[in-house]
Amino acid sequence: MSVLTVLEQRGDSWNRVSFEALAAAAQIGRELGVPVEAAVLGERVAQACAEVACKGVRKVWAVEHDRLADYTPDAFTLALEDLLRRANPVLVVFPHTYQVRDYAPKLATRFGRVLVSDVIRHQVADGQLKLTRQLFQGKLSADTLATTAPPNFISVQAGAYRAGDEESPAGDVEVVRPEIPAEAVRTRPEAPFRESQRTVDLAAAPIIVSVGRGIKEKENLPLVEKLAQAMGAEIAASRPICDNGWLPMERQVGSSGQTVSPKLYVAVGISGAIQHLVGMKGSKTIVAINKDPDAPIFEVADYAIVGDLFEVVPALTEELEKLK
Amino acid sequence: MRILVAIKPVPSRDSTLRVAPGSTWIITDDIALEINEPDAYALEAALQLKEKHGGEVVVLCAGPARAAQTIREALAKGADRGLHIEQEGMEGWDPLSAGRLLAAAARNETPDLILTGLQSDDLGYGQTGVVMAELLGIPHGTIIMSVEVRDGRIRVKRELEDGWYQNVEMPLPALLTIQSGIGKLRYATLMGIKKAKTKEVKRLSAAELEVSFTPCLQIERLYLPERSKLTQFLPGTAKEVAAALLEKLRFEERVL
Repeated sequence: MSVLTVLEQRGDSWNRVSFEALAAAAQIGRELGVPVEAAVLGERVAQACAEVACKGVRKVWAVEHDRLADYTPDAFTLALEDLLRRANPVLVVFPHTYQVRDYAPKLATRFGRVLVSDVIRHQVADGQLKLTRQLFQGKLSADTLATTAPPNFISVQAGAYRAGDEESPAGDVEVVRPEIPAEAVRTRPEAPFRESQRTVDLAAAPIIVSVGRGIKEKENLPLVEKLAQAMGAEIAASRPICDNGWLPMERQVGSSGQTVSPKLYVAVGISGAIQHLVGMKGSKTIVAINKDPDAPIFEVADYAIVGDLFEVVPALTEELEKLK
Repeated sequence: MRILVAIKPVPSRDSTLRVAPGSTWIITDDIALEINEPDAYALEAALQLKEKHGGEVVVLCAGPARAAQTIREALAKGADRGLHIEQEGMEGWDPLSAGRLLAAAARNETPDLILTGLQSDDLGYGQTGVVMAELLGIPHGTIIMSVEVRDGRIRVKRELEDGWYQNVEMPLPALLTIQSGIGKLRYATLMGIKKAKTKEVKRLSAAELEVSFTPCLQIERLYLPERSKLTQFLPGTAKEVAAALLEKLRFEERVL
């Protein structure tokens, strides 16, 4: 019996959400009275596993195979299916990354289970694990129970748990080598690439003015650009604006764009879908301007202005210019 | 090439959501349905592939009787025919159950390619496509930005995190979940709307597909999120809120 966390590497470094998943597993494990184990998959991972072994885990499974060097859903699913049959966990905790979204539902299906995805909170009552997820793009929350027998599967949202930094006496590292036949891997991944060199580093900007769907048309963008200029801010956007080509992709904030935490973030006409919030909720002060009083962006905002951005933004620009 | 597109009807984007008595779902009676936006991009990708390579686009939808309208809209945009698994209360179906239902209908169609959105705007599990691929025993790719077809195989551009991408090649049949931005969404033309009325929509049921519903998850309580921050709402005219906000930002937060 264990709570098993699957940690994710990106090239030679860790995907930081891995340690938030480990923190979630540690909390859940403590509350259920079950020890925590971890797993790392790759070609050679013993060294990475030694690092994890000092993070309060009973055991780290080093799952090694040449066919795990480059991620494919087929190889990762096979390797983890094999591991779960050996390790026999009650619960598997993943970081909710793009990679996990690609293979964890496949793995859960193989066990006749559903991955409870993108969990933001949990609660253990009477030995039962209740998981909170966001529905309707964050407009509502739902406490969810898995009604299936173990093993169950969950993934935790980036930023939902705080990664611990305490060191512990080292747990065991056990190397396992699953069988992954060549013909079982049907997809051929090529090397990851970036579209173009980034010309703007939003992460370094102290102030960001960010624009969303509420701006309606490209022709209206100068309104927000003027505000950004008056504030001395970088301009950024939510995904739909970049999808439309109104601003370059490199100015996108969110899970598929940049993660930012400026001292001031002004969200203009952004409703605050989960994918956007995970990219900016660490900002020190958040201002949101939106016509919908129920927009999820207001849940993370320090200052909320419920109103028409086409009136509020020019008024704000004007007031700023008076100060000069 | 036969392309199957799985679409989901969801409450329209600007609906006012009210939690229903019992707190396990929303009040749906007075809510308009529309195609889940990520699925609209999957449909767009399918129509573009058909324009390039020929073949047929079939839309597959599991939902209540009134989802027929959502299917008609897809037909008006250019899909050739529809499959409607009539099922009330789909919101209670977890992705594995829904995947079983959709996979059963898809199996009979023997498509070369199955496309769907990367997640739904209502439940947001983001898994139904991957579950279908596993049940059908075909390879898949998620969060796909473009699709190239050549020699019975496809090469797709997958979005990774932090502005990274990756090309992946795989054999057909395959399933892809499509990311927004794969193309500009088209509108239905008048001619398209007219033609849609005569296109075939086959009605199916869970019983016919021999899929019984065994829930794996249960929503215990649905509620408005608790605020994680103490939010100050600034009331007044545009000019007043602008002045009040700058006051706060300059002298309380000291960020300007």
